[in-house]
Amino acid sequence: MTQLALVIDLNVCVGCHACVTSCKEWNTSGSAGFMSDDRPYGENPTGTFFNRVQSFEVGEFPNTEVVHFPKSCLHCEDPPCVPVCPTGASYKRPEDGIVLVDYDKCIGCKYCTWACPYGVREIDEHQKVMKKCTLCVDRIYDESLPESERKPACVLACPTSARIFGDVHDPNSEASVAIDEAGGYTLMPEWGTKPANHYLPRHRARIRIHEDELVRADNPLKKETERPQGPVEGQTLDDVTSW
Amino acid sequence: MHPAFSVIFLTTLIGVGQGLFIALYSAQAYSAIGVLPKPALVFMTTGSVFSVAFLVGGLVASIFHLGRPERAWRSAAMWRTSWLSREVIVLPMAIAAVAAYGVIHYQGWDLTLIGITPPFPGALSLLVGTLTTVVIFALFVCTGMIYACIRFLQEWASPLTVINYMLIGTGSGFTFAAALSTQYEPALTLFFAGWALALTLFALITRSASLIRNQRIKYRSTIQSAIGVRHTRIRQESQGFLGGSFNTREFFHGAHPWIFRFIKWLFIVLGFIMPALLLGYGISSDAPKLFIFAFFVQYVGLIAERWFFFAQANHPQNLYYQLVS
Ligand code: SF4
Ligand code: SF4
Repeated sequence: MTQLALVIDLNVCVGCHACVTSCKEWNTSGSAGFMSDDRPYGENPTGTFFNRVQSFEVGEFPNTEVVHFPKSCLHCEDPPCVPVCPTGASYKRPEDGIVLVDYDKCIGCKYCTWACPYGVREIDEHQKVMKKCTLCVDRIYDESLPESERKPACVLACPTSARIFGDVHDPNSEASVAIDEAGGYTLMPEWGTKPANHYLPRHRARIRIHEDELVRADNPLKKETERPQGPVEGQTLDDVTSW
Repeated sequence: MHPAFSVIFLTTLIGVGQGLFIALYSAQAYSAIGVLPKPALVFMTTGSVFSVAFLVGGLVASIFHLGRPERAWRSAAMWRTSWLSREVIVLPMAIAAVAAYGVIHYQGWDLTLIGITPPFPGALSLLVGTLTTVVIFALFVCTGMIYACIRFLQEWASPLTVINYMLIGTGSGFTFAAALSTQYEPALTLFFAGWALALTLFALITRSASLIRNQRIKYRSTIQSAIGVRHTRIRQESQGFLGGSFNTREFFHGAHPWIFRFIKWLFIVLGFIMPALLLGYGISSDAPKLFIFAFFVQYVGLIAERWFFFAQANHPQNLYYQLVS
């Protein structure tokens, strides 16, 4: 079985929103029609997006870090949004695990958004149907594109390569290897939705400095006129040799 | 959650319609075993017409909830998995069944119609009424389960949700039946008013139970599990956009905390305590006009009750949308 998904490396995401804009650009130009974008430069802008980048501050000043957190449909392996849909417009493709909405069947009842704990489905205020990430299903299989471009628009746009696309059921895919090696995790595991998308955790860059490392014990290049003083009892090897 | 008036009217109106039918049917059943006088024909038909009107009114209100109402017929497709789909099937069934019940009364039809000698007069309407009752209760279960089946909405994910829909709907229907019978069948007014009082008080108990339950909910999802960072202090800096989005409009009630608390007490008083007092006073002092007043007060109270029901539910997606910027 195949389960396509995104693996997002929070360690390298810089929160630049390139994935958000490229996603909107690709998906608003597709055959499924435009995605709402009302008053983009006016007061109170609003619109439909498949992907949002949020930022969270972790810790208390001065010990803080900011986590930039891209969020789109996680293509859950057990998606609670699918069985509640009364029309069958929401479905999970058996062949590749992508969760999709059939825009021609959706009645815009919004019930599926209630049943998704992640808040990634958004109704289109003009077309009045439910929209969500399609994993760029209209481009990843497009044979008119060069092989290297058959990836979701967000993955191609990410300047730091924080987004990895692949089959998480194939243990040798780049995505699975990344999850395995960096300890990838899923969101809200408490609901048993088994999201296919994974996140790679932040690693804090730390260097450990010991007290004695701050004092120069030697003077290898003999740059300083006054040599550091060694212990009074006697000389160390450092005081008499240089290398 | 954001309370949508389409759904508030849908659920309260069909609740009255369903309860009214149960009231009519129980009056007929009681009279069949000789406990009550036989209800007047004009009362049974007018009652059925009102019940159908309430159910249709709810159906019409629900259409305003849909983005694409012209495709509403599609929503009957997934009845195997979706309670919403089941409700979409059962609601028209209930309308048809109550309408049939009314027509049988109006035409005075009985089993002789299909060549069977009825064991007692009115056997056909009693039979149809029994089947309709099953459909009506199925509708209560569907409506309640639409909310109770979403396990992330912990305020709703409880059998109390279904019980409340049943008791509140039936109670308001009996109050309406009491009000209606003052015009068409005064002999049954006390019967309806008595049940209306009992059901309203019972509903007050179960609704209070759910209020108490909801006050103690421990939310399973936290900001830590939402973004997968284990730190005691996490604060959202940006939700990714400057204005609002569907996620900020659909899942927050947006009312001032003061209004939120006010509506809670408003619905407890108008939806339950006031109607109970009016019904009780009307019964004890033989003032049936009060029942009409009781119904209007209760209906306004139930609109507030439904508003609060939605507003109180806290969706885990809100963890991702805590700060506009
Ligand atoms: S993230 Fe939400 S919309 Fe996407 S599959 Fe899971 S439950 Fe459904
Ligand atoms: S909004 Fe559309 S996709 Fe969502 S549950 Fe309703 S019909 Fe299904």
